[in-house]
Amino acid sequence: MHINCPHCGDRDQREFSIRGHGTGLSRPKGETWSDDWNDFLHIRDNLAGRIQELWHHGGGCGAWLVVDRSNVTHEIFGTRLVSEVRS
Amino acid sequence: MRLDGKGQINRDTPVRFHFNGAPYSGFKGDTVASALMANGVKLVGRSFKYHRPRGVLTAGSEEPNALIQVGEGDAMLPNVRATVQEIYAGLETSSQNHIGPLEFDLLSINDLVPNFLSAGFYYKTFMWPRGFWEKVYEPVIRRAAGLGRITHGASPEENERVFGFCDVLVIGGGPAGLMAALTAARSGADVILMEESADLGERLLSDGELIDGLPADIWVDETVAALRDTGHVRIMTRTTATGAYDGLTFGAVERVGSHLPHTPDLPRECFWRIRARQAVLAAGALERPIAFPMNDRPGIMMASAIRTYVNRYGVTPGEKVAIFATNDDAHKTAVELIDAGVDVVAVIDSRTGIQAHGDYRLHHEAQVISTKGRRGLTELTVRSGGSEFRLEADCLGMSGGWNPTLHLTCHTGARPVWNPDIHAFVPVDDAIKGLHPAGACRGTFDTAGCLSEGVEAAAKALKALGKRVRRPDLPMAEDAAGATSPLWTVEAKGRAWLDFANDVTTKDVRQSAAEGFKSVEHMKRYTTQGMAPDQGKSSNIGALAVLADVTGKGIPETGTTTYRPPFTPIALATMGAGAQGKGFAPERFTTSHKAVTARGAPMMEAGLWYRPSYLPLPGETHWRQSCDREVTMVRNAVGVIDVSTLGKIEIFGADAGAFLDFLYTNMFSTLKPGRVRYGLMLREDGHVMDDGTTACLAPGHYVMTTTTAAAGAIMAHMEFVSQALRPDLDVMFTSVTEQWAQFSVAGPRARELLNRVLDHPIDNQTFPFMQCGAVKVHGIKGRLFRISFSGEQAYEIAVPSAYGDALYRDLVARAEALGGGGYGLEALNVLRIEKGFITHGEIHGQVTAFDVGMQGMLSKKKDFIGKAASTRPGLLEADREQLVGLKPVGAVKELTAGAHLFDRDAEPTRLNDRGYITSVAYSPTLGHFIGLGFLRDGPNRVGHHMKIVDHLRGVTTEVEICDPVFFDPEGGRARG
Amino acid sequence: MRYSGLQVLWQGLTGNKGWAPVWREPEPKPEYDIIIIGGGGHGLATAYYLAREHGLTNVAVLEKGYLGGGNVGRNTTIVRANYVLPGNSEFYSHSMKLWEGLEADLNYNIMHSQRGIVNLFHSDGQRDAYARRGNAMINQGDDAILLDREGCRKMLPYLDYEQTRFPIYGGLYHPRGGTARHDAVTWGFARGADQRGVDLIQNCEVTGIDIENGVVRGVQTSRGAIRAKKVGIVVAGRSSQVAAMAGMRLPVESHVLQAFVTEGLKPVIDTVVTYGMGHFYISQSDKGGLVFGGDLDGYSSYAARGNLSMAEHVIEAGMTLMPMIGKARMLRSWGGIVDMSADGSPIIDKTHIDGLYFNGGWCYGGFKATPASGHCFAHLMATDRPHNAATRHRLDRFTTGRRLLDEEAAGSQHNLH
Repeated sequence: MHINCPHCGDRDQREFSIRGHGTGLSRPKGETWSDDWNDFLHIRDNLAGRIQELWHHGGGCGAWLVVDRSNVTHEIFGTRLVSEVRS
Repeated sequence: MRLDGKGQINRDTPVRFHFNGAPYSGFKGDTVASALMANGVKLVGRSFKYHRPRGVLTAGSEEPNALIQVGEGDAMLPNVRATVQEIYAGLETSSQNHIGPLEFDLLSINDLVPNFLSAGFYYKTFMWPRGFWEKVYEPVIRRAAGLGRITHGASPEENERVFGFCDVLVIGGGPAGLMAALTAARSGADVILMEESADLGERLLSDGELIDGLPADIWVDETVAALRDTGHVRIMTRTTATGAYDGLTFGAVERVGSHLPHTPDLPRECFWRIRARQAVLAAGALERPIAFPMNDRPGIMMASAIRTYVNRYGVTPGEKVAIFATNDDAHKTAVELIDAGVDVVAVIDSRTGIQAHGDYRLHHEAQVISTKGRRGLTELTVRSGGSEFRLEADCLGMSGGWNPTLHLTCHTGARPVWNPDIHAFVPVDDAIKGLHPAGACRGTFDTAGCLSEGVEAAAKALKALGKRVRRPDLPMAEDAAGATSPLWTVEAKGRAWLDFANDVTTKDVRQSAAEGFKSVEHMKRYTTQGMAPDQGKSSNIGALAVLADVTGKGIPETGTTTYRPPFTPIALATMGAGAQGKGFAPERFTTSHKAVTARGAPMMEAGLWYRPSYLPLPGETHWRQSCDREVTMVRNAVGVIDVSTLGKIEIFGADAGAFLDFLYTNMFSTLKPGRVRYGLMLREDGHVMDDGTTACLAPGHYVMTTTTAAAGAIMAHMEFVSQALRPDLDVMFTSVTEQWAQFSVAGPRARELLNRVLDHPIDNQTFPFMQCGAVKVHGIKGRLFRISFSGEQAYEIAVPSAYGDALYRDLVARAEALGGGGYGLEALNVLRIEKGFITHGEIHGQVTAFDVGMQGMLSKKKDFIGKAASTRPGLLEADREQLVGLKPVGAVKELTAGAHLFDRDAEPTRLNDRGYITSVAYSPTLGHFIGLGFLRDGPNRVGHHMKIVDHLRGVTTEVEICDPVFFDPEGGRARG
Repeated sequence: MRYSGLQVLWQGLTGNKGWAPVWREPEPKPEYDIIIIGGGGHGLATAYYLAREHGLTNVAVLEKGYLGGGNVGRNTTIVRANYVLPGNSEFYSHSMKLWEGLEADLNYNIMHSQRGIVNLFHSDGQRDAYARRGNAMINQGDDAILLDREGCRKMLPYLDYEQTRFPIYGGLYHPRGGTARHDAVTWGFARGADQRGVDLIQNCEVTGIDIENGVVRGVQTSRGAIRAKKVGIVVAGRSSQVAAMAGMRLPVESHVLQAFVTEGLKPVIDTVVTYGMGHFYISQSDKGGLVFGGDLDGYSSYAARGNLSMAEHVIEAGMTLMPMIGKARMLRSWGGIVDMSADGSPIIDKTHIDGLYFNGGWCYGGFKATPASGHCFAHLMATDRPHNAATRHRLDRFTTGRRLLDEEAAGSQHNLH
């Protein structure tokens, strides 16, 4: 599998690690526990199809990326820097 | 028997090898199978379950019978295909899986009772008496199961792993593959052409066909020369594509040195990870056997394999050969045998209305219904019309048709489709985008068709790459595939084999369906058909045809099982090449490594780093002697230890303080330049992630330390927070762990020592506790941090790594002059436990700030990572296990880490479990063992007496719960 | 029909034509008391125990493919009770006891082999953590022995004690741990349930869950609508897809876990061995293949196949730990869809919908739990109270933070468990 890092180009998956779902960008407001926080940390749609994920180019430039990928075919449709994508 | 004037082996180079201890001779280019065949050896193995005598079935890696051991001692390899292993001088080989000699296998007794060993019998018995399964039945089954053997020692042979890149990967070097490679290369693409056998050409080398009016192998030679002329084709022979993965990544195994005597400078095999921009699959097709009774005798083999042996290896497997055919292609074997001067007894063809292709006896509408000859075929029984007759033969070539080798197209989840015209499965369109099948692997069996499809597949690949297609001229070749008619089983008495490797017969498949295992996946698992080393290459389709018939569904509805990598098995030493021993992970050494190892310090792993346990003095024989001395030395004089391995992250920016405020639970934006602060970091789920100190060197300039183990994770976390959560903050940071060598100097005489290396001396007023700043060390720019992990007056001094070794040696020498010296991790651990400082032994990932008594460090004034989750009610319950100290109070003084805590009179059971010990040390300062641990409602139980129970070490000790700070609770020593 | 050695002999003498089908193939009825969605190990075990323990036989198991076609059909077959946290300790201990009587109970040779399992450790700190675990096991009433390096060497002479990257300090040995034959477990439970009257309906995909006023009414399937008073969801990697039919979202992410087997070898590895400095664990099956596995690939996947880099990584760990396996050849690789929960431990709980129950989040550790999962889920569905071996596997533990079951201490990141 290869991921196109906007800084480094098309790189082998081995250079990357994954944190989780793209919802990780939508950190809830509020400093006390809430349903929003439970949803953010724990609950997932987890459906089959095209999803957004947060990957880290740790073996390269260190950029965090939002990767648009199918979790059924593993096809990658696009990547963007997280700094360009805000919730 | 060797044939004159045939074969491409090198008759100028005879090769001697051994099989089962007996010497044999062959030629360079022979496989073990062809060389044994030349010597008239028919018996090469025993079948898995019934231990029936078996001979060679095929001429390729799909071989199910002729699995041999190769090599000796620790280098011995099991389950090698005799049809793939080329002979070399001194090669030692032997047959597998028999008790007693191959000719008289004692386990062939199984063949006398096949009815009791039918499919799934082991699920229905071996249950009584209880306990016998493990003690009696299972050991016997395990010894009988398995095929080859390995020794406990590692093989001395080495392998390699490589990455490869190309525009077009062509898998398969037959007619389709050669034309595809030529087309792609002539069109300017960078091509890899991969072929499993030692030579390109495949069928063109064995089938006796003409291309452009000349023998096909001449065309092959010309084409190979043309490929080389293009200048951008890498030809990889002896290379098998083993798997197709996402993104047109392919795995492949290259047999680099396995066909040669072992030399240290040549790897045995190389595992390739090839990234192709496009690919062509020209993997050909595999012939399928016919399931007739007693079809597994030595001498019965695939019809096409016979002509491979005749034309490529110059051997014949028999002197009186019969052919059992269901298609025109099999007749080629008769033609080639006659051309080689071998007696063809007859061709028995199951179809009606067909013609002979040469001068041989043809029986049509005929079937072989039985055979004789346990150690080698002697006779067949044929049924034709209403009558039966016998034929003498010592070799029978069978052909039940051809299965396109489409496996790689299905490796990423596609399923093949049934083509009723050729009675075979073919690849579904666009099974893998960018992988273009051509030729026999997509069901085209005539040579002209293969040549043309090779060109067209390459054209598709080139178009996808945006390259102009330059098609080579197509040569003239045979364009009739010939007819075929399926014969899935021959109805007659006797066992008919489907899966030779796992000894699965048509009876087993029928029994499986009768018992309710009707899905093809159930049938496979119940009968074990398709689960052997050949992964059903010759049996999958035949078995599912029998299943389809007995269940009344058709073949398409029955479907296939899942195709998965690897296409052929891959040695783990090949796929894991480079990882043996130390190669598994990098080794990281500090700048003081040479100095401490020179003193005989045993080194221990701290993540990827190596750090000294202790620095023994002459005469010290037990680690406790050294450790106790070092602890006392630090508390009374001064000690030096390398702390470079702790993560160091340099942070700059106008918002650096705010950034730190968001990462840490406590405030850092209020930290003044020249000051250091201890900080706690939580994960977003409210549990402790790491702790450390961060120093403010100047406004907007900080240096953070992390623990050794968490350095990488913290760096990635900070990148995420900065880029994803707080891109609004003006901050940048980088790891400087390796750029600075950093040493802790600790003890009452620490400052005295430092003032001998610092250009400008310091005192308690100019450099109080938790102060930091730039300094000059012997004229070199360095940094000084007054922080203490031992509780003594202590500093960490940092210089650029290039000076690390020199500074360490200098510090230790000066320390020794002051009655101190270097110390190691054991003493470091004792010192910090005496002071109740936590490490990842305590903050092990299931622990909150509340649990370690640091709830007060959670700022109420600002948000930070983990704040909200830490307010979950379950994380604040008094009943949670919280940090306490422990000391022994009874006769037994021993404490052990991992022991659990109980009320004194409670049974040590889970229900009475109150906590556990995380860290233990003998404290020479206090004269007894001390420990840190977690106890339910711990802080409210200080002073209580409880007991620790360690079942594993047989230790039960009465303890008093106390404050985790055992020594100098006011902290005055660090501030001195 | 009762299975036994005598039966094998008798049937063998009569040409093996008399074997009774291992299960019926009934048409689904329009209504059942209980529907179990998912015909894998846990679903079949649930149906079995509903019938056996609670006398509830008006039950259907609905399986969208063939029985046991999910993770129970391909796994590394390890059975163990070596957990450290209360909640898990008693559960897996309960499961182990059920395993030990299972063959006799099911009258099916599940080949449960208590050959032992050794968890290797490679540092003092790791040893201490394993000591905590071993003592927890003994507190629970199970078995554990702490081996030092020499103890390991005697038991596992083929490990690399000299050159390996992370030296072997010792191991936590669990003698009653071991392996079992996964297909046999599926078929044994299926046959047992079927013999007691449970309908096993294959090729029946649930496409909807009917709910009225917060009460479950039944399901929609590819073979028609079926009514039921109680419905249990036991579908592992598909949990979120099925729960979505009831309007529920779960603390679960579906991931790919790879497993591998080599060609068959004569006996060479007698115990189950796990590596402490990389995800790698291995055992040898009764057919001779070395069965091994490692870590998740890390990204969410429903593809049931993994990528090459993780396969290599697993094998690398094996090579540094026991280089003799380099001479064996990987024969087949698989990927399964594992339901990773937010703390790495399972959920066996009622839902907020009356009559709808959920059993999932087993991550990569479901096989060893098969009997207890079925037993406890059956208890919950039958009595509406949790079995006392499964009181903590609550759906709400993530939001209360009460007694999280984070064995790997990795926090709320699904793919780190």
